[in-house]
Amino acid sequence: MTALLSPPRPEVATKRPPRKKIPVHWFYLAPALILLITFTYVPVGNMVWYSFHKWDGLSPAMDPVGWDNYVRVFTDERYWRVFLISLYYFVASFAQIAIALYFAVILSFSTRFRNLFKGILFFPYLLNGVAVGFVFLYLFQPGGTLDSVLRLAGLGEHARLWLGDPDVANIALAGTSVWRFTGLSFVLFLGAIQSIPGEIYEAADLDGANRWHQFRYIIAPGIRRIISLSFILAISGSLAVFEIPFIMTGGANGTRTFVIQAYETAFQFRQIGLASSMAVVLLLLVLLITWIQRRLVPDDEVSLS
Amino acid sequence: MTRFLKYVSLVGASVIVLGPLVVVLFAAFKTHAEYGTTGPLTPPRDWFNVDNFATAWSKGHMLRGFWNTTVILAISLTGTVFVGTLAAYAISRFTFALKRLVLGLFLVAALVPGVTTQVATYQIVKSMGLVNTSGAAIVLFLGTDIVSVYIFLQFMSSIPRSLDEAAVIDGANRFTVYRKVILPLMRPAIATVVIIKGIAIYNEFYIPFLYMRSPELNVISTALFRFKGPYGAQWETIAACTMIVILPTVVIFLLLQRFIYNGVTAGATK
Repeated sequence: MTALLSPPRPEVATKRPPRKKIPVHWFYLAPALILLITFTYVPVGNMVWYSFHKWDGLSPAMDPVGWDNYVRVFTDERYWRVFLISLYYFVASFAQIAIALYFAVILSFSTRFRNLFKGILFFPYLLNGVAVGFVFLYLFQPGGTLDSVLRLAGLGEHARLWLGDPDVANIALAGTSVWRFTGLSFVLFLGAIQSIPGEIYEAADLDGANRWHQFRYIIAPGIRRIISLSFILAISGSLAVFEIPFIMTGGANGTRTFVIQAYETAFQFRQIGLASSMAVVLLLLVLLITWIQRRLVPDDEVSLS
Repeated sequence: MTRFLKYVSLVGASVIVLGPLVVVLFAAFKTHAEYGTTGPLTPPRDWFNVDNFATAWSKGHMLRGFWNTTVILAISLTGTVFVGTLAAYAISRFTFALKRLVLGLFLVAALVPGVTTQVATYQIVKSMGLVNTSGAAIVLFLGTDIVSVYIFLQFMSSIPRSLDEAAVIDGANRFTVYRKVILPLMRPAIATVVIIKGIAIYNEFYIPFLYMRSPELNVISTALFRFKGPYGAQWETIAACTMIVILPTVVIFLLLQRFIYNGVTAGATK
């Protein structure tokens, strides 16, 4: 930009080689841009194109079908039902955020064994998804850990097929998801709380504010942005749930999520067009939610000073 | 009273976090007969019974899984560091007309969840002939990483430009500046990216599962997943295998705790 505004310098212009060379910065950018375009933008473009066709992914012929795939996604129960499954994970994410916030607040102040507790709460986030799936398959087995604990507590009659009963299977899976991801929200909140300057608490202490007041008037406003970001991640995350239900139930007993359905439609039933239209719908939802978040919480708001 | 409740809640949460893992550890040390007769909450009779680990290690071809994971990790991480730092260098140190557009492309891409585009990405990877090779995972781990570019960009803006200028006056060209001045100073950011991306790759399931079907290409996650079918009735073997997969994470976490916290925070909030 500044080059355009500066006065022309003829001595440079005369030295310029006759053939126009590619500016050097493009060589530095090329690897990243080529990868970005090949594996993000081209797929998004292709996906929109496929979504208006009937295609098995193999044959050279693609039948244009207009909006048929989209109509099917919204009218066939098999496809729109999976959105309802997202609601379980969405509700669970409120629990996740609340638990994470509670522990982030209490572990921001002096507590015995603080680092140990921090480590324990965060640890599940680092675990391999398949390992987590197996650990919880074991937990929810008939006669497994959960049933044994219930029996010990004298609640043996509440034992049930945790993953086999469609009424509770999604709750069990969403619970697993909370176990796995609370540590991430926790660490994010912890980092945000620590960035609030300590003098503010001291001043509040002098003014006689108790812990709840401090939370209500200092911490909550101070970390508003990260809380709102967590909700956005929660919404888009609950639309894109895949690993836990796929590993634990394979989508059986009414636990099929949007991504499992799209995966099966594309790679088992080879309906690439239909699966693409599902993916386009999911992508648009995620973009819409992000846009709403940007509107509700502009970046340059929130300041403590 | 509130202090008491605070510790009760902390201990309760720790039990909920560790409990499910501990019972799996118990199961991993039990013999098949012992597993059948004792409840899940009973500790194993013999803590030195490593038969299940041996079975899991050999039947699950875990060595191959760890090897494949390591190769993919090493190549993807090295690639990410170079691709990311080069791009960040161009964006932060050069002035050019399309810069806003390039930045915008990275920004918008960060909003697209990878899991949504796999149907179409699969066709591209297939046309490159990479399906059923480790190359599929490597190019995808390289190509889908926008967060690293952000971390590099943010860190690079804190390196004073006067250092570059001094090097240029001493006769260094742009690439020498990158290699001799910028790259060594970027070490903390590189460590952050290597840690968060390394954890993500070690734990990734969808991409290897989708693109690398043949057993020889199994990584840790897919090797473990294969136990689900044939070993459905042998929980003590599955438990041992699960522990084998978790163990490296525990070790890395204990060694690098502080870096991991910082890395995750830097990666998630941009």
